Amino acid sequence: MELKKIRNDFPILKRKINGKRMVYLDSAATSQKPKQVIKEIEKYYENYNSNVHRGIYKIAAEATEEYEEARKKIAKFINAKSEKEIIFVRGATEAINLVRFAWAEKLRPEDEIISTVMEHHSNIVPWLMLKKKGIDLKFVEINDDGTLRMEEFKKLITPKTKLIAVSHVSNVLGTINPVKQIAKLAHENGARILFDSAQSVPHMPVDVQELDCDFMAFSGHKMFGPTGIGVLYVKEEVYREMEPFMGGGEMIKEVFLTNATWKDPPHKYEAGTPDISGAIALGYAVDYLEKIGMKKMKEHEKTLTRYALEKLSKVPGIKIYGPKNAENRGGVIAFNLGDIHAHDLATILDEQGVAIRSGHHCTMPLHSKLGVSATARASFSIYNTKEDVDELVNALNKARKVFGI
Amino acid sequence: MSFEMYQENILDHYNNPRNYGTIENPDIKFHDVNPLCGDEYEFQFKIDKNGKIVDVKFHGNGCAISKASASILTETVKGKNIREIKNLGRKNVLKNLGITISPPRLKCAMLPLKVVKVAVYSYLGNQKEIKEFEKEWDKME
Ligand SMILES: Cc1ncc(COP(=O)(O)O)c(C=O)c1O
Repeated sequence: MELKKIRNDFPILKRKINGKRMVYLDSAATSQKPKQVIKEIEKYYENYNSNVHRGIYKIAAEATEEYEEARKKIAKFINAKSEKEIIFVRGATEAINLVRFAWAEKLRPEDEIISTVMEHHSNIVPWLMLKKKGIDLKFVEINDDGTLRMEEFKKLITPKTKLIAVSHVSNVLGTINPVKQIAKLAHENGARILFDSAQSVPHMPVDVQELDCDFMAFSGHKMFGPTGIGVLYVKEEVYREMEPFMGGGEMIKEVFLTNATWKDPPHKYEAGTPDISGAIALGYAVDYLEKIGMKKMKEHEKTLTRYALEKLSKVPGIKIYGPKNAENRGGVIAFNLGDIHAHDLATILDEQGVAIRSGHHCTMPLHSKLGVSATARASFSIYNTKEDVDELVNALNKARKVFGI
Repeated sequence: MSFEMYQENILDHYNNPRNYGTIENPDIKFHDVNPLCGDEYEFQFKIDKNGKIVDVKFHGNGCAISKASASILTETVKGKNIREIKNLGRKNVLKNLGITISPPRLKCAMLPLKVVKVAVYSYLGNQKEIKEFEKEWDKME
């Protein structure tokens, strides 16, 4: 598909902000949605809205079929062995918390979890919550170029390490972590591995078997799907180590007043009525991504990132965080301009129709490592263009003028 | 192109903040942070025996909006009686800034007011007022 046609699929890109074309550079926070996905949500509610796994009637069967079909599409998309390995959740945050409650509950005092200082809060806070159970938390530091200090994994890992939880791609630095290598190290030491893939699955080909991960978390809304739906992938053999954490309808086989038995996974972990339209729409978002092709997504974003790094680095006073080379980073660029606060930058850019994110991007520990309280962040998806990058650079130069730097 | 929030007046206060610095032996001082953006300010006051603010200084770091707001606020409160701080609200701050603050930036503009209020109310031992202002603060978005 050509770029112009793709841009046309996203109705929101026609919006004007302050009379100017909206330049959306915050896809790392949430992606925009193509009409093919929006249409499916409407179609569900207008044609076959009904609960799943319950009704005998026609539209209930249709809803169940579509819902389970979405699971199959997602399984295939990340090359899971079976759709049983796909649990629908609310998003990456809930996915990681599911691991914390359904898997990590059984950890013993003095067991250890290794994570990294570059994680999103959603891959730190759930583990911090285990500290009161006596679980030890260790964090791998980063190098100056925003890559992980790989040698530290070897130093920190011990026979007591039960889990390594690491992001696939950093939502601030853009670093693509060598996750396959980390998974191998975890498994050699008898630990499980969790990837926070919220920033990788939407932007590049991801193969859970090739990476050999035990858990993978990602959010539908960052990959052209709606908010409120996401995925926890669990390697099938790992289900043996898990207990359900929410009880209720959908997840049970039989209930008596004295006890209950559970359905098989993944339904065992999907208590209550799920986000049916969200799951179905996510299935169609995956169709859309596959139609473009994940290789092409990655190539396009890499080209833009390379172009942006080159243009941005010429802006006087700019400091760019993370790897300098577009080859090993995702389409996320965090920066600061002189001593202008990131919020001021974002406001001035907004006045020119350029939407970027500012703040700590849910990575306070990373920001204290970087020695700043906030950064500005531009991030890309397939619908962004070189002109968008040019607009960003122009807007930054205007900000320099306003602030006299 | 009009940079609506970054008027000359705001940039002037940001680049040349009034009453910036510290006071020797202040009667009141208080420091607060907005963890969301890392803005942080300390305000210091010298109070005479009638409760009049005879001197006020602030220092800290933050965005242009919060720093300009802090600078303007020192000018507003200087010479006032500390009991008058109670009458100072969000409306006054916005009026003195003289710009339209977009909702996501409201807390930037209000952080200095929060510091001043908590400082003065604590000095007066007025816990109830602190709670009330903090409730209002939580609702600002
Ligand atoms: C790396 C990373 N992990 C986790 C999350 C959390 O995703 P969600 O808020 O959709 O649960 C995000 C999103 O901001 C992210 O960028």
